[in-house]
Amino acid sequence: MWAYEKKLQYPVRVSKCDPLMAKFLMEQYGGADGELAAALRYLNQRYTIPDKVVGLLTDIGTEEFAHLEMIATMVYKLTKDATPAQMKAAGLGDHYAAHDSALFYTNAAGVPWTASYIAAKGDPIADLYEDIAAEEKARATYQWLIDMTDDVDLQDSLKYLREREIVHSLRFREAVEILKDKQDQRIYF
Amino acid sequence: MSHVLDEAYYKQLHDLQAVDFVLVELNLYLDTHPGDEAAIAQYNQFAELRKRIAEQFESQYGPLMNFGHSLSRAPWQWKEAPWPWQV
Amino acid sequence: MSASDQFRTYRPFLGPFDPCPPIQEKSYNVPPQLFISFQPPNLPQFSPYEALKYGTLWPALYGPYPDPSRKEAGGD
Repeated sequence: MWAYEKKLQYPVRVSKCDPLMAKFLMEQYGGADGELAAALRYLNQRYTIPDKVVGLLTDIGTEEFAHLEMIATMVYKLTKDATPAQMKAAGLGDHYAAHDSALFYTNAAGVPWTASYIAAKGDPIADLYEDIAAEEKARATYQWLIDMTDDVDLQDSLKYLREREIVHSLRFREAVEILKDKQDQRIYF
Repeated sequence: MSHVLDEAYYKQLHDLQAVDFVLVELNLYLDTHPGDEAAIAQYNQFAELRKRIAEQFESQYGPLMNFGHSLSRAPWQWKEAPWPWQV
Repeated sequence: MSASDQFRTYRPFLGPFDPCPPIQEKSYNVPPQLFISFQPPNLPQFSPYEALKYGTLWPALYGPYPDPSRKEAGGD
């Protein structure tokens, strides 16, 4: 069972109509290292990982859906009242032809999301290393997105999301340490 | 809730987001540090605080959750705008 | 690790026929989780409002971007 809360995890403000930036942000919506891929990756791996780290995968996977909603909010706001001409000028003509201004799970280049973006090897170490790599790639993607906008409000929300990748990466690294440990000893440093 | 949102709405929402964020952080931390009793005490303390702030918010702006986790006045409030991406 | 110590640089080889004006020095991010293998207990915390703003409860986990020591970074 999942619970939904009628609020964003962090405020999303955008200060200008910018469909081109919305196009770039789709990389984090339906891209290989995006929030949808992250949520589905962790929530799928958790069924076959030692019980000790199932809670962590469940919680981070759930938080990723909150981040997906934040990205959706950005894309929604940046394209909300854009005209077909503005969508075309932003390279979203192909998107508009198929979807109007509806959101869709594609990457920035319009390629639809695919399950091959995520992995589940069934080996706990392989899967957690996959997750650490996914967090670092998402962090990098946020960096390149921050580089491409001068909207300080949008940058603010993107910086928040980038920092979450850092924290998630640390927690997955700790999960590896927990699985390496022999007798459930506390393992600081 | 289709009226114009006031300053107070954003202030209270921000308060709730801040307290909820502390809970997310402590939750993830505790997933890998289950023996940290001080962190558990802080988590429980913030969970109590969260309950009070959420109740206050809901009494003014409607339910935060569906499926029985929040109460409703009549008519049914859950389906009312604004949704999170609209504010 | 201080917030200003989270970037490393290198100087790539500059070919004589590269068409774009050369970037003399490239930088990359080495965020704080690389230096903490397991978070120790009782680290100092941000206030709840600061934590939300920074995206973490613990200053030791905060990684700024762009590099705060570089003025020109960010925006286009």
